Amino acid sequence: MSDTRSHTSPPSFFRRALRQKRFSVGLTVTLLVVLFAIFAPFFAPHGENETTGPPYAKVGVLGTDYLGQDVLSRVMYGGQEILVVSTLATVLGMVLGILIGVVAAYSGGWWDEVIMRLNDVLLAFPQILLALVVLTALQNPSTWVIVVLVGTSHAPRVARLARGVALGIVSRDFVVAAEALGEKRSRVILAEVLPNMTGPLLAEAGLRLTYSIGLVAALGFLGFAADPGAANWGQMMNENRLGLATQPWSVLAPVVMIAIFTIGTNLMADGLAQAAEKGDD
Amino acid sequence: MTEAATLPDPFEEVAPPRGRSGAAAWTTWLLRRLGLAVLTLWLVSVLVFVATTALGDPVRAILGRDYNSNPGRVAQLEAQLNSNDSLVSQYFSWLGGLLTGDPGTSLANQQPVWGQISGSVVNTLVLMLLAAVVMIPLAFGIAMISAHYRRRRPDTVIQTVLLALAGVPEFVTGILLVALFSTSVFHIFPAVTIDSPGGHPWDVPKGMVLPVATLVLAVTPYVSRIVRATLLDVLDSDYVELARLKGIPEPVVMRKHALLNAIVPGIQVIALQLAWLAGGVVLVETLFAYPGVGRQLVDSVRNHDVPMVQALSMIIAAVYIVVNLVADVLSILLTPRARTAISS
Repeated sequence: MSDTRSHTSPPSFFRRALRQKRFSVGLTVTLLVVLFAIFAPFFAPHGENETTGPPYAKVGVLGTDYLGQDVLSRVMYGGQEILVVSTLATVLGMVLGILIGVVAAYSGGWWDEVIMRLNDVLLAFPQILLALVVLTALQNPSTWVIVVLVGTSHAPRVARLARGVALGIVSRDFVVAAEALGEKRSRVILAEVLPNMTGPLLAEAGLRLTYSIGLVAALGFLGFAADPGAANWGQMMNENRLGLATQPWSVLAPVVMIAIFTIGTNLMADGLAQAAEKGDD
Repeated sequence: MTEAATLPDPFEEVAPPRGRSGAAAWTTWLLRRLGLAVLTLWLVSVLVFVATTALGDPVRAILGRDYNSNPGRVAQLEAQLNSNDSLVSQYFSWLGGLLTGDPGTSLANQQPVWGQISGSVVNTLVLMLLAAVVMIPLAFGIAMISAHYRRRRPDTVIQTVLLALAGVPEFVTGILLVALFSTSVFHIFPAVTIDSPGGHPWDVPKGMVLPVATLVLAVTPYVSRIVRATLLDVLDSDYVELARLKGIPEPVVMRKHALLNAIVPGIQVIALQLAWLAGGVVLVETLFAYPGVGRQLVDSVRNHDVPMVQALSMIIAAVYIVVNLVADVLSILLTPRARTAISS
């Protein structure tokens, strides 16, 4: 049984992905932004909420923001929140979506029909709308609320893909054989079905990470951030919007960071998708 | 159906269904599809209702710190939202209002919801339509150029740019456009839509350029990449090879053989992107202060204006469902194989 799944096992898949130029470029860009987000706060010239001059002044490398805080330092602090929240949301969305999709594909018949029909209902919501609707009745969203909202808005989309991939696997001989041997359902799914889905699922995870970053930044941009005082790339665009004409870098610096980050993750996702396609023989 | 059947389609293997049995099968399929759309919309209404009223406490969210100090206002708001009734009866009275064209009264300004929304629905549809009108020929054009230079330098450059654009969130592109064309580099277009009372935002066409451009940049990459992939598939096929061998010039092959076959996948991805636009307008309208449902939704969410949010999100979900329905019907109409599959 082990030889049937070896062709999509992670190590060889990564080697194949690394041969894709866009994957290696995307991975490099993403890693650089991630390292920046994690370590830049230690090198920031000023504190996160330290006032260094008048609002929107040309003090320091990138000037000051709407409260007179140093923009460069805020940019250096502002990546952590987005990085952590979007990563957690992606993991949550992937786990939920894979669970729903694989269970639907594996159960088949009536269950499959009901699960996927309910899934279609969730798909009728643009992702940002799902988050906004729930935020209506909440006073102050905590970080966890944002993680859960973004994550669950991914789940139905991941589920549809996971079901499609799983459908092609559950009917294969080695799954049927495992069932015939009397293996437990959960074990068949974990040991036989999931390992054969690695390629397409990794590509999907890359794509979901791109959208997570966009959604988390969007919520910050719309003014729904957990901590209004903290530096956060999405929120910085919102709070400094009025200064775009006079002190453009206060808005453009976080904008450029998010653009670079999403370009990196998207290139990575596309490289993974190409590697997954080629491995499908 | 008849006009679609006259489309020259190389995939055509079996004659399209004729006569009564074909029509009957069609009607059944269409009714089933419509029924599913209505069912989905109903489940959406349940979801919207639960998300806005049951997951949190809207009254507490509206009043914030005043909640404990102002019991009179609490009672007043609770009466307006009927929040002392059971959730089920609240839901049905809301649904009844929705179906009879009365989605309630806004909490923020005590005006009927529908009166405030109807104008912005038109504004948003105009914005989406303009974006679609610009995007469709642009995406097909780019795809044709790219497919023509397949895997050579121009194709690689185009594909890389499209891939990069596809990942960037729409409001990030929008802000970059504003900085480039409005505030920092050039000063050509206004940074926000100009909305005079009683007028329409498109009365000042200059103000529409950046919002439309932002939406176009957000959706073109996806459509273009799918159409290019389809074009390449078709250009590699045997019958195109035969057409070339017969001496048909390459531009004609591209136009007559390849493009027509890219239309169906094209329609599907265009529909997906139009449906996406229904959500994408939320951020773009907010960025450009465009008076549509998206900006209204964001404002209402900020004000915790539950009846407004409910009505607006139902409208956005409905647009999404209708666009998908139309796409399904169109792509079936244009694919002879699918037509015969349904009627047999």
